[in-house]
Amino acid sequence: MSLLAVEQLDARHGLLQAVRGVTFTVAAGETLALVGANGAGKTTLLRTIAGAHRPFGGRILFDGIDVTAVPAYARLRTGIALVPEGRRLFNGMTVKENLLVAGAYGNSGPWTLDTVLDAFPLLRPRLNNRAGTLSGGEQQATAIGRALMTNPKLLLLDEVSLGLAPIAVEAVYRSLEALIKVGATILLVEQDIGRALGVATRVACMLEGRIILAKDAKDVTREQVTEAYFGLQRARRVTS
Amino acid sequence: MSKDSSFIVERSTRLSAAAGIAAAVLVVVLAFGPLLFSANIVDSLTTLFIYLILSVMWNALAGYAGLVSVGQQAFFGLGAYFAIELSYHGVGVYPALLLGALLAGILSLPISPLMLRLRGGEFAIGMWVVAELAHLLVVLDPLINGETGASLIALNAFSPDHRRAYNYWMALATAVMLLTVVFMLLRGRLGASVQAIRDDEDAAKSVGVRVLAGKRIIFFLAAFGCALAGTLWLATSITFQPNTYFGIQWTAYMIFMVLVGGLGTFEGAIVGGVIFFLIEYMFGATGVWYLIGLGATAIVFALFLPRGLWGTLEDRWRIRLLPVGYSLRMPSADADAPDAAAAARERRPTPASLDKHDIAASNSIPARPR
Amino acid sequence: MIWITQLLNGVLLGGYYALLACGLSFMFGVMRIINLAHGDLAILCACVVFFIADQTGISPFVALIVALPLMAAIGFWLQRLMLERSLRGGMLVPLLTTFGLAIVIENGLFEYFGADSRSLAPYIGDFAFDSWAIPGNIYIGSLALLIFAVAVVLLGGLKLFLTHTSLGRAIRATAEDPDTAGLVGINARYVYAVAAAIAVASAGLAGVFLAMRETFSPYSGPTQLIFAFEAVVIGGIGSLSGTLVGGIVLGIAQTFGAQINPQGFLIAGHVVFLVVLAGRLAAGALQARGGLHRLFARRS
Repeated sequence: MSLLAVEQLDARHGLLQAVRGVTFTVAAGETLALVGANGAGKTTLLRTIAGAHRPFGGRILFDGIDVTAVPAYARLRTGIALVPEGRRLFNGMTVKENLLVAGAYGNSGPWTLDTVLDAFPLLRPRLNNRAGTLSGGEQQATAIGRALMTNPKLLLLDEVSLGLAPIAVEAVYRSLEALIKVGATILLVEQDIGRALGVATRVACMLEGRIILAKDAKDVTREQVTEAYFGLQRARRVTS
Repeated sequence: MSKDSSFIVERSTRLSAAAGIAAAVLVVVLAFGPLLFSANIVDSLTTLFIYLILSVMWNALAGYAGLVSVGQQAFFGLGAYFAIELSYHGVGVYPALLLGALLAGILSLPISPLMLRLRGGEFAIGMWVVAELAHLLVVLDPLINGETGASLIALNAFSPDHRRAYNYWMALATAVMLLTVVFMLLRGRLGASVQAIRDDEDAAKSVGVRVLAGKRIIFFLAAFGCALAGTLWLATSITFQPNTYFGIQWTAYMIFMVLVGGLGTFEGAIVGGVIFFLIEYMFGATGVWYLIGLGATAIVFALFLPRGLWGTLEDRWRIRLLPVGYSLRMPSADADAPDAAAAARERRPTPASLDKHDIAASNSIPARPR
Repeated sequence: MIWITQLLNGVLLGGYYALLACGLSFMFGVMRIINLAHGDLAILCACVVFFIADQTGISPFVALIVALPLMAAIGFWLQRLMLERSLRGGMLVPLLTTFGLAIVIENGLFEYFGADSRSLAPYIGDFAFDSWAIPGNIYIGSLALLIFAVAVVLLGGLKLFLTHTSLGRAIRATAEDPDTAGLVGINARYVYAVAAAIAVASAGLAGVFLAMRETFSPYSGPTQLIFAFEAVVIGGIGSLSGTLVGGIVLGIAQTFGAQINPQGFLIAGHVVFLVVLAGRLAAGALQARGGLHRLFARRS
């Protein structure tokens, strides 16, 4: 059975419909990469799955339970954690406090302050620095660490490489690969198609609020994804 | 997704034209008030006009410029105080009433740069401190005899009947003048810019709205208007007691009128003034319970009917009797763009943008004010 | 010597203001609400304690055991039932609703207790007037000293609570970003209600000390709100240690003002407040920080 099932999900910002009838599943242990241009609805979809955005219609099932109406803080306890776009750390608090505050309200499990620091050793010397003073890569590590502290069954990652130096992106993806190796289930939003295909087991492409392509990563070519990314398939359909 | 050309921008409708004519006729009829009505009614109407002034002034301040002041009694009291001082120093009593209000209005100018940099609640209590300080300083004046107060004795030179008629005409003229000024200001460029400030000060600044200048005009107008209300109150009651004139109850009345009528709707402030007048007439004698009722009603309106009675009517039936804004109208149903038609229906150019509420309501956690 | 005594009195009075201001500052820091009923809630608690002491003869200090949890509960449900909803309406609505609440509380107390000024001083015996002599012929009131000590302990305790407990960290996280707080499992609604409970209970404690120190009436609330606000602004909104400094500055200004003129007590306080405000604006400090709003996150 799939860990996450999204059925006919609609999400809006006021009058703007950001997500239109999206249906997909994520199985345990899978890494699904969600790609698409800016404004395709990826971030809204992730926030809706995490409970930070209230859906307009449709259902979200997690572990077989309907969590559509469950608020974000309680959904976290069912095992969904989001690393939000732009990291959204508590900048006035130290790295340690950022990690502890999440740990206190999440589930217990393998991830503790120590194991998170083992996974992101670069944070150790920065523990007592305010999150706002860190470099981009350190902030991203803190944000992922903060999500891990809640011991999620499903980790949602929104644009983790955005605004980072290439070397920091490399480091972040190395830790992600390590996570995937130990069996984590990940739903990843990524602009960089190459990176996405590199770590994902499956790829879904979003365009104008809809999923227009969903395939196993090994069955899909970069060109197919690029076409879907820019809506070329649809454009061709319309002109032909 | 919308084609601009498919909308018609309206500033007035047939209904609003009729309402404008009706208002003009009403003013003309009211102008003959002292000749038509009994002394009691003339006195009551004078009070009503003063309430209308306060309501419209506070609405301009809070409903349009987003400045919730709990210290407008500063100007109410200062206007009356200056009038007494001027009269004592030999200025004719009626000119003194006008000049006193003007002085209080002018005094708001040096205060405004300090206060207008405060936001939200800081501005609210900051104004309260100003009112308290004004009260304390006025009491220091030996002429006022401490909290005992003083009287505008010069008014006794006129017979009660004449005074009543003069007060009535002054109050009516002041109310009509201030209503017109606010109406014209809000219809003009200032109206759009102060509303932009209220909805999002930073965004307004970024599109080139001169935030401070717009607020300053409204602040001065509201100070002058409240001071005029104060001098009119003095003209009707003759005695000046600092505790009464600088009392926080004036703010309570203003908040009540504007909230019940409709915060940020021009007609709402008038409706609220009339409702308050009637409620005071009926329940004012019950004293404490009356005040408790006012406070509780204000809470209920702020929470459950934030657009007030008039704003709610306006939303439901799209009536604009005295339109200060713009409305968009679709000339015909556009089958190709149902979204745009929906947008046109939903997007009202009036305050308290509904979208903001929608977005806030969709968050599981209370939206944080800016 | 009179000046040194006055200075000390001013400092101790500042302790009371810090205690009074603490909840106002805290609520603003966490929820961005300036609670216009803050002073009236303080007076409400004073009336509750007065009622208990008057009816049962129990010491006001003991009565606090009942009154403070009651105030905390009032704060909790105030947030749940009123403030939470008003926050959704934008920045102005909380001001309007708390102002309405202030009117209701004041007049409700008037209806029940009447306009008479009362004091808890008779119920705490000699303690209200006891003083300690320190070298140099200087006397310090025991009560004033107690209030100061309680203020320091409360402000310090709150600071420790915010940095060293998980609930405290949750409050700070929510204050900074309620949306993201939800994403790490924090129930922002609950956290807000707890913060409101703390704020209202601390206001209540201050109200009881006011009632022990001097007389109060149902309409004393607004003045206390203004004092609290002045202390907060002088010290810098949201900073707990700043609140203590602000309270002390206000207390000293008022004490010396009172030496000049009977009205000088109040005038000096208001003037110092406006001067500090003007000075800060002139320095452009407020604008650079985007208003007073961001200070809480930086200093906790």
